[in-house]
Amino acid sequence: MARKSKVDTFSSGAPAGDALVWLSSLGLAVGLFMITMILAVIIWQGLTAFWPREVAEVTVRADSEFTINGAQTFSGEIVHYKTRQDYTKDNKTEVEELQLYVGNRDVYGFSFFYVDVDDIIKIEKPADIMSIEREEYGKAIARPVSLHIKGETSVSADSLEFDDRLRALMDTVAERRDEIHDIEKVEIGRINRKMESIRLSRRRMEREGHTDSEKYRKLVDADAGLQGDYETLAAEAGALRDLQFEHELEVMLLTGEVRRMPLGKLINYRYPNQLRVIDKCVAFAHNMVSFILNDPREANTEGGIFPAIFGTFVMTIFMSLLVTPFGVVSAIYLSEYAKPGLMVRMVRIAVNNLAGVPSIVFGVFGLGFFVYFVGASIDQLFFSDTLPTPTFGTGGMLWASFTLALMTVPVVIVATEEGLLAVPRGMREGGLACGASKWQCIQRIVLPAAAPGILTGMVLAMARGAGEVAPLMLVGVVKLAPTLPLNTTWPYFHFEQKFMHLGFHIYDLGFQSPDSEAAKPMVFATALLLIILVVAMNLVAIYVRERLRRKYAVSAV
Amino acid sequence: MKSVNHAVDLDNRYDAGNGVVSTLPSRDKMTIFDSEGGSMEAQRDSIRPEAETASAATGRQQDSAVISIRNFNFYYGNKHTLMDVNLNVPEREIVAFIGPSGCGKSTLLRSINRMNDLIEDIRQEGDIRINGRSVFDPNLDVIALRKRVGMVFQKSNPFPKSIFENVVFGLRVAGRIRKDELEAAAERSLRAAALWDEVSDRLHSSALGLSGGQMQRLCIARAIANEPEIILMDEPCSALDPVATSKIEEMILVLKKDFTIVIVTHNMQQASRISDRTAFFYLGKLIEFDTTEKIFSNPNTRQTEDYISGRFG
Repeated sequence: MARKSKVDTFSSGAPAGDALVWLSSLGLAVGLFMITMILAVIIWQGLTAFWPREVAEVTVRADSEFTINGAQTFSGEIVHYKTRQDYTKDNKTEVEELQLYVGNRDVYGFSFFYVDVDDIIKIEKPADIMSIEREEYGKAIARPVSLHIKGETSVSADSLEFDDRLRALMDTVAERRDEIHDIEKVEIGRINRKMESIRLSRRRMEREGHTDSEKYRKLVDADAGLQGDYETLAAEAGALRDLQFEHELEVMLLTGEVRRMPLGKLINYRYPNQLRVIDKCVAFAHNMVSFILNDPREANTEGGIFPAIFGTFVMTIFMSLLVTPFGVVSAIYLSEYAKPGLMVRMVRIAVNNLAGVPSIVFGVFGLGFFVYFVGASIDQLFFSDTLPTPTFGTGGMLWASFTLALMTVPVVIVATEEGLLAVPRGMREGGLACGASKWQCIQRIVLPAAAPGILTGMVLAMARGAGEVAPLMLVGVVKLAPTLPLNTTWPYFHFEQKFMHLGFHIYDLGFQSPDSEAAKPMVFATALLLIILVVAMNLVAIYVRERLRRKYAVSAV
Repeated sequence: MKSVNHAVDLDNRYDAGNGVVSTLPSRDKMTIFDSEGGSMEAQRDSIRPEAETASAATGRQQDSAVISIRNFNFYYGNKHTLMDVNLNVPEREIVAFIGPSGCGKSTLLRSINRMNDLIEDIRQEGDIRINGRSVFDPNLDVIALRKRVGMVFQKSNPFPKSIFENVVFGLRVAGRIRKDELEAAAERSLRAAALWDEVSDRLHSSALGLSGGQMQRLCIARAIANEPEIILMDEPCSALDPVATSKIEEMILVLKKDFTIVIVTHNMQQASRISDRTAFFYLGKLIEFDTTEKIFSNPNTRQTEDYISGRFG
């Protein structure tokens, strides 16, 4: 009896708000679920893009409509099974079909082939099928026939030495490819830059009428010398290139065609059905590393994405370097010096609203102001020799970084202001009481104590800036940039140059590439890398912030 | 008639003091008999008879006054929080400000080194002089003033820096960078604040790792490092336990040899233990200012007696 009355005392009778607690936790759960799902999809799809797939030899019924060039037997990597709605048949509307990556685009004209599962009479995984990665046309999937080595009789694929010889020749070819790349990109590039600067000097002298001077003659001689050097190098590269075509690999497609491919065009080969799990893991790691470190090939649908990773990284860092001081200085003025009132309130509202302006608007502004106005003015003043070819008067790393800095500055201002407000009043008073001026107080006490808040702003700005695509398309991102914005050529930083960006790369691959089906794994892999890059940069900033926070921990007293 | 007498009385007193407070004797007079002049005096007398007692006490100490507060009024917006305060702090003495919360003693303290400048919407009337120079002089360098008048706050407020950097902060902002000079100053100040023995082996670790009492002594060391003439202390022991409090009290008594100290305290025993003179404030008015002995044994007013005996406040 007594116990019952006690219980009654504690239950008030009014609803305790449990339902609302559940509702709010449900909201969080849904959010978390969606984030987890999107991450899971991207990680799974991104990683499976690198996993080597087995190749199936598929044979279809004699009366099947699913033949390639009339052949009933063909091969391809099994991409997946899916169901399709078939409206042509009366009794059955759902048909299960198999998607194959058949490769050999140079022969078939397509890379993917769909075949109805009902039509398949046999699926085998023969061990002798070779999957060859090439410079052009995607992979070749075929049976090797023989290796034609110049000056020797050909080596048959059945012979024991075939694999060793092929491996050795492929290695030589790969080394030679690097050599050619060095000559063409590095050495000839250097000569081209020298010739360009001589051309500009000559043009200037011609305009000023100094064509008979000693200096002009020297320039002409130097130009001729460089021309000679260029020709020597070009010939050297040409000779190396010819060597790449010496040896050939003869293969037979499962549909019956026989092809001879020069080894110089081949990058790598595998027998996918012979791979053990450990081999697959090695191949997986190799694919991933080469994806990260290599330049793209074939309209970006093959090869790696290193220039895009690098471009994103450099741009994000450069943007942070621009936005942080600017935002911090603005925030200091707003919260420490400006007299609170209507004006400051309006500025603050404007700053907050700036964060909500669609990013494409910033892109348009960046194009109009930075590129066409500031950039063109710089060209007029300092690079008039090269006009009409613009130097700064066109999109580039510099203007892209400025545009994104402008876009993210509200984030930094808001976070910094919060950081400044959190510095206890007593600390400022202590500084002033020690005879520090207001600025000394801010510089030596308030700013260090607010540093974690400032870094939070930087993290948010980086997160927002790194993933932004729309404005970049207007102010300097390109599908394929010939050189990196930061390289070994003087003056090392080429911030006027256009660059590649992971975000734009995703858009380009997914929506602008000729074969979107082939690009799909690349899209996921690129998205995964973009996420990893942003997370990694944020983690570094957070690590720095935590260190600062420990160092400048505001006392609890 | 009364007001005239009073004015003459004050006048004489200041003339008498002229010989000693030699810096600006005529200005002293001017502040008091400025434009508002007699009528203001009359008004003050009519509403506050006890003010005379207070000024009588201050007057006697005029000859060695370091801080002299004259007819000081303070307004927060429309709120009149200090009314006609007149008070002299003699050199190398400890003066305690006591009184119930909200009586304006902290405000007065913060006006001495112009820390109230940071607060919006305030108005100050009257004058506070340090060695004869008004702290409200528009030509006065506030930074130089704050170097001469150090301050210790109720809440210890060490900077998020090392112990060493905390102590030499004032010197650093003054542009002193010689390492040996800074080290000597740090040691001297920490010794004076009775903290040296406890922290000498970890000068370069964070000040935020110290205990509450140590932090407060660090803040005192920081104030001493600037070599001020005056140290203002705003309830320095209110957040400390009795052991830390007694350490700081001992230290303050030693500091008295070199500095003039004004201390705001809620702790009656503390005021009686350490101060030479005590000022009792109530509702923005200086009720009584006299030697501590007098205040605690034989106060002139009923209010003071009630307060120190704990009957209110």
